[in-house]
Amino acid sequence: MSTDPSGRLPRAFTTPGSSSFVEFLGAHAPELLPSGRAALPGTDPTGSLAPHGTTIVALTVDGGVVMAGDRRATMGSMIASREIEKVFPADDFSAVGIAGTAGLAVEMVRLFQLELEHYEKIEGSALSLVGKANRLSTLIRGSLPLALQGLAVVPLFAGYDLDGTVGRIFSYDVTGGRYEEHEHHSVGSGSVFARGSLKKRWRPGLDPADGVQVALEALVDAADDDSATGGPDLARQIWPVVATVTAAGYQRVPDEQLAELVTELAARRRQSHQRGGHA
Amino acid sequence: MSMPFYVSPEQLMKDRADYARKGIARGRSVVVLAYDDGIAFATENPSRALHKVSEIYDRIAFAAVGKYNEFENLRVAGVRYADLRGYSYDRADVNARGLANAYAQTLGTVFTTEAKPLEVELVVAEVGPTAEEDQIYRLSYDGSVADEHGYVVMGGQAERLGAQLGETWAAGMPLAQVLALAVTVLGSAQDPDAEPRVIPAGQLEVAVLDRTRPRRAFRRLTGALLEDLVAGAAG
Repeated sequence: MSTDPSGRLPRAFTTPGSSSFVEFLGAHAPELLPSGRAALPGTDPTGSLAPHGTTIVALTVDGGVVMAGDRRATMGSMIASREIEKVFPADDFSAVGIAGTAGLAVEMVRLFQLELEHYEKIEGSALSLVGKANRLSTLIRGSLPLALQGLAVVPLFAGYDLDGTVGRIFSYDVTGGRYEEHEHHSVGSGSVFARGSLKKRWRPGLDPADGVQVALEALVDAADDDSATGGPDLARQIWPVVATVTAAGYQRVPDEQLAELVTELAARRRQSHQRGGHA
Repeated sequence: MSMPFYVSPEQLMKDRADYARKGIARGRSVVVLAYDDGIAFATENPSRALHKVSEIYDRIAFAAVGKYNEFENLRVAGVRYADLRGYSYDRADVNARGLANAYAQTLGTVFTTEAKPLEVELVVAEVGPTAEEDQIYRLSYDGSVADEHGYVVMGGQAERLGAQLGETWAAGMPLAQVLALAVTVLGSAQDPDAEPRVIPAGQLEVAVLDRTRPRRAFRRLTGALLEDLVAGAAG
């Protein structure tokens, strides 16, 4: 951190106007911003240079949303991590899940969480849900040069809209384009399979507990067909990260509950497999 | 060419200090009190939007008296300082002492080098895991810092109210009791024969740093919750 020679807080700190932490960083310490770094020559087309996060699913339920992410990160064909977490609380009433280059994605989430909290502290009130979604757009747009080199970050954002008292889901592209999704959505390498599963299992007016089950099943189906998505690890007791966001705020589903649901699901599938049927 | 009059440095500093003190004394007082589960802040402030007490970081809060535009500017600077520090290092590396130092340097530099001193007085407080580890720093317009224990009063009647608080305040009091004490002290009249005022809950700005809360310890007490606390303690 640079300081004024006199030791007083530098001008940028006392300049009135902006409630955005990212704007403040841009003015005072741009080297700390992901977008402040000069892009280096070279690309990573195979994705084997740095760990990549994979599948995230989100679905609307009665009075909120459910978001879930598997725990695998890959480097090319190698498994880089089997316990990475890719679903985070963005603030009390929203969640963000990340797919893409893990290092950059986690940094983006940290900056996004701080951006929302900073605004809330300075303004004395929280941003609207769409306002939050738009701030995330700006962050993604800032890392477009890195995305073009193959280091893309594609988040999924979902939250409880305190104005409309419903859950809403937003997806993004690498250019920062923001698209509101209805019913359900999935991003990452296993998203094609997860979406198929969600289409069959999602129905309007699901209660949050059923939503958790549908999200889990979508991740298991994705892990079934996509090598980069990790399924629930029964041996090591590693479960996906599943969270609900409702009027009660962001709540992570506890591991004991997930263990129960996963065991149940595995038993059901084993049974239908033995019968020669389909899950 | 006319020569400027000579003013001795002593006189110059004294004039500035008098000027700042006068500005601060015009405002209403803020009291900061430690209680068993944290630190409470209370002041008479009819506004619901222009706060004198605010959150800086997870365990750190800020209270101020004096000119609103000047302390608001310092508050925003403090939030930026804390968030930048937490982002470059870790959330655990943000502490009240560092922030108090940065404020002290800023207030001190402005006091000696700029045309007009800042007419503000600040408290930077941080709750620790136990009451013994709580920190309360009081900063004056000239950059001087005092490490306070237990309670602080700033603003208009600071000395008189401080003496009153000192008689009754004790370590380990529960929240309702310290709030009742704060309201009594804030409403006490300057003239010992005059009737003390009873400040209604709607005219109070009250916030706490509650050490039992998981991450962000700061919480404003408003509406029915505040009314119950104040009424319960009075009755």
